[in-house]
Parts: sequence; C-alpha cells; structure tokens
Amino acid sequence: MDTSRRRILQLLGLSAAALAAPPVLDALAAGPPAAEPKIGPAKGALTAKQWAMLIDTRKFKSEADIEPLVEACHTIHNVPKIDFKRWEIKWLWAAEYQHAFSGTTSLRFIADEVAHRPYLVLCNHCENPPCVRACPTKATFKRPSDGIVMMDFHRCIGCRFCMAACPFGARSFNYRDPRPFIKETNKLFPTRMKGVVEKCNFCSERLAEGKLPACVEASGGKLKFGDLFDEGSEVRKLIQTNFTIRRKVNLGTEPAVYYIV
Amino acid sequence: MLELAIKGSKRYYGWMVLLLGLAGIGFLVYLKQLDFGLGITGMNRDVSWGFYIANFTFLVGVAAGGVMVVLPYYLHDYKAYGKVTILGEFLAIASVVMCITFILVDLGQPMRVMNVLLYPSPNSVLFWDTVVLNGYLFLNLIIGWNVLEAERQGVHYQSWLKPLIYISIPWAVSIHTVTAYLYCGLPGRGFWLTAILAPRFLSSAFASGPALLILLCLVIRRVSNFDPGWKQIQSLAVTVAYAICINVFFLLCEVFVAFYSQIPEHMDHLKYLFVGLHGHGAYVPWMWASMTLMVIGIILLVNPVTRKNELTLIAACLCVFFGCWIDKGLGMISGGFVPNPLHEINEYIPTPLEGLITIGVYALGFFVLSILFKIAVSVKEEVRA
Repeated sequence: MDTSRRRILQLLGLSAAALAAPPVLDALAAGPPAAEPKIGPAKGALTAKQWAMLIDTRKFKSEADIEPLVEACHTIHNVPKIDFKRWEIKWLWAAEYQHAFSGTTSLRFIADEVAHRPYLVLCNHCENPPCVRACPTKATFKRPSDGIVMMDFHRCIGCRFCMAACPFGARSFNYRDPRPFIKETNKLFPTRMKGVVEKCNFCSERLAEGKLPACVEASGGKLKFGDLFDEGSEVRKLIQTNFTIRRKVNLGTEPAVYYIV
Repeated sequence: MLELAIKGSKRYYGWMVLLLGLAGIGFLVYLKQLDFGLGITGMNRDVSWGFYIANFTFLVGVAAGGVMVVLPYYLHDYKAYGKVTILGEFLAIASVVMCITFILVDLGQPMRVMNVLLYPSPNSVLFWDTVVLNGYLFLNLIIGWNVLEAERQGVHYQSWLKPLIYISIPWAVSIHTVTAYLYCGLPGRGFWLTAILAPRFLSSAFASGPALLILLCLVIRRVSNFDPGWKQIQSLAVTVAYAICINVFFLLCEVFVAFYSQIPEHMDHLKYLFVGLHGHGAYVPWMWASMTLMVIGIILLVNPVTRKNELTLIAACLCVFFGCWIDKGLGMISGGFVPNPLHEINEYIPTPLEGLITIGVYALGFFVLSILFKIAVSVKEEVRA
C-alpha cells in the first residue's frame, strides 16, 4: 500500500523529533534541574565567592618584570609559543597603557613613568561575562562556586562567538595544532587541540590544591589574589585604601581584575 | 518531481558539472582545512570571524529577500507574483543551504556541532540562529515543494499549508533579525553596537535578494520557455529601489551618529573602513566601490527610464547586489573587529585557500539552486503546455 511508506516516514520523523525534544525542553523549562551528585572542594583547596586579582602596576617598571609571570603561566598551562602573529595564543601579556585602558583612560599629560610601565592584561573573570552569555554550548561558563569563568575544551565547537563577545581581547583560538609549539609539556594540565578557544582560568587547578595562581606566586607580591566578597580579604582592603581602576567598567561586565595606577 | 532535474539539455549538464567541479575543489581545500585547522585562513586572534561568517551574513539576507515576492502574493493577493513566488522560495532554500554550510566550514570543531542541540543555550543568539535558519529552510522546502506539486497536478495546494505560508513571512524577518543580534548585542564592539543593525540588515536583504531574483528571472527568460514576466520583474525592481534607498539612508544615520557624537569607539571603525586608520586601510577602495555601486544602483532604479530598460536594469541589479555584498560581506565583519578591543590594529586579508572554500560553498548553493529552478521551470513549462 502506498500509505505504508508514508506512515513509516511519519513515524521516523516523529521519533526523531521526540529524541531531539527533551534536551531542548529541559533547557527552556523553569526551575533548577533535579538533584545532581555533589562534588565538594578538595581538602585544603582555596575557596571564595568571587575570586579577584589586584595588580599593583607601580611595581612593574619594564617588560622584564612581567616576563617571569607570563612564563610561569604559559609553562604550566601548556600555552604554545607560536611566533607567527596570526596563530598567536596568550593568556597573560603586557600591554601599553593606552591599549590596556582603551576606553577607560588616556595617555594625555600623564607622567612618563606611568605611560611607560607595562600593564599586565588577562581574562577579567567578569561578574557578568558576555562571553558566557554568547556561548551556544555552555563550553564557557561561570563557575557558581567561585566566579571563575572557565572553559570546557572538549565541548567547545570553535565558533568563536565568545571571542567576538569579549570586550578585553582575552581569548585565543587554536588556529592549528598547538602541541608542536609547546617546549615542555606539563602532564598535570591538558594540552589543547586545534579548533578550540582558550584563555586564563585564574589557575583553578592550583586553587583546588591550595596554591595561589602561578602569576601571583611568581610576582613576589606585586599581584594580590583573594575573595572580592570577603571584607577581611587583602584584596578588599587594598581596594578600599587605594584608588583602583578596572578596564571598561562602563560596559557593565564588572571585571574582577583591579589595577592600582 | 525530482526526475525533472535530471532531464536537461547539454548546456544544463555542462553548467552542473562546472558547479560540481568548483564545489569539489572547495571540498578538497576544506579537507586541508579540516586537517590543519582554520590557520589556513587569514583570520587571527583579533579578527576571529572572516570571509565565511561575512558571506553567511550576506546570504541570510538573500534568503530573507525571498519574502519580498511571497508577502505581496499571499498577503496582498498580488496575483502577478503567482508566477515567481516559487522562485523566491527556492532561492531562499539555496541561500539557507549556503548559510548553514558557511557556518559549518567556519567551526573549529565541526564534528561537535551537535553540541548546540545537546546543550541548548537559550541565552546564546547562535542557538536561536540555528533554530530560525533551520526552521526557515524547512518551511520553504515544505511550502515550495507542495505548492509546486499542486500546481503540477492542476489542483489547489493543501489547506494546511496556509498557516505555514503565513508563518514563513515573519520568519523571514526573524532570520535576519537574529543574525543581526549576533553582532549588535556585544558590548565593546562599537561598530555593531547599534539598534539600527537589524533594520539595516533587512533593508540590504530586501535590496540584494530581489536584485538577484531579477537577474535570475532574466536568465530563466533566456534559457527556458518559461517567462517569469516583465511586469513581475518591474515590480521587483521597485522593491529593490526602495530597499536600496533605505539601506543607504540607514548607513548615513550610522555615519551621523558616529561622527556627530564623536565617540571614538564608534567613529574609528568607520574611519578604518573609509579613510584608513593609523596607516592601515586595506578596505578603503572596496568600501568606496561599494558606496559608488549602491549610488549608481539608486540612480538607475529610481529613474523610470533606466528601470524599464532591460540593459540598465541588469546593470542596476548587479550594482546593488555587489554593492551590498562588499558592504555586508567584506566591511561589516572586518570593520567590527578592527581596531580590536585594545584599540590595536591587526588587519584581516582572506587567503586564496579560504577564497577557494568560499567559492566551493557558493558553487554548492548554486548547484542546489539550479536543481530547484530547473524543477520549477520544467513544471511551469509542463503546465503551460
């Protein structure tokens, strides 16, 4: 009968729709998902409500003061060193004053010494991150436990919407296989494959072991790290007692990296 | 009806083989890209979307442009368009096929694309773009196919199609609106951060889509026994004339806001595109070419004498189509990324390899378009005979 083929096709179509529907409906459904297994923080892990970094730029005189920090970060995170500009990957780097604070403040009439300092820039782990809003797969997400904006390298489809969304240029894309460009692979941290986005993770893997971020440790006190919402934290006290600026606060993303200039 | 697509003249077969060849070359280069990564393109850390996304954006417009024949026919009962609605719908299908292919070739990890459905994220505009684009594809496929089939059988199309047809009209607007929202909702990208982006996208869509349709109608007139009709072509030309005027008007609105407010974050992108910024200006000649083409298009289309002359109408449609393509396909995406958020300038120049992949995707789209148009034209010829 002619209708039998049509019937089977209809059934196939309906089954396919039924298979595809639940995840979509789940996501649109109101309310929290059903109870999930809980994984608590490891013993001795550093915890916070929202991690924040404070950079005392007065203590950075030249690029040489920045290099060890970048080196520490890039080495432990297997960030490749690719000289070809188009394929460049960086988590942490030095920018000039007018670039670091573009749209925030300008070079006009400022002291030479201030103008010539190198300014450390990195992911701001915004309280209201536009990259997280843009990601179509939740491969980049804001960790509810401590506010770190993290990446799931295995879920990322490489659409680079997050790169367009980030107002700080903090994200890099693996335009090719990065592994041949890693001098010494740190086996304790994953390397990436081509076609995914990456960026600073505030050393979430070190915090879990009770260690401060690598750049903070390498800075010899030039960088401070702590809980923004803990009144007693050193970061909070320094923000209270110093005049600090943040990059592009006018955009409402609430960056968690503060600068003393 | 598919059998109609394989019964054709030598010329038709030659054309299809040419398209398949180009698509094949594109596919081979794509295999290279799959192996090496997107590093074979000119994209970089600062300009992280390039030619693929730009062409995707432009083609969403062409797809949406099809509604300019569907709407008058079904909502205003403009009978003359009865002959060409199917062409508008089929053009939309081929365009959406190209759009989806462009998205796929732009992904760093295309094999993970289903993650978009596996982990649906309604907060992401890209999620909604996936929904509306696929929806539009299926709407046009179902509507176009069934209406044509009914015409072939000499009966009225099924009544359940009617609601789908009505839905497809606002849906066409939605695909380009959502595509504009990909850009205009991003903080820190001054060039795109403007409420007029979606209307501007729509106006250029309603100019470039029907302009292409006019050219295609003229081709069909030459190569087949089916005449889409001079009256229909003229009505479409009026649509293009209005749309291109509105598009240029919207662009001037942008220019006014940026330069009267003097806010650097909004001005500098336009400066980069039209006069160059800090010695960088790869797009300057292109942008002026685009403006010139659009202005010539306006002059030729607004003036009734040139609009009614076939030769000048062809010239006008070519001007509008390529003017819009440069504006949206080249300037709109690169311009938004340069200067970068740190106000540094790293220019983007597409590489020959990504050019070949792009041509391959267009060839694939025109292959689909040729099949669909061949079917439509054959049915029309059959019915007339």
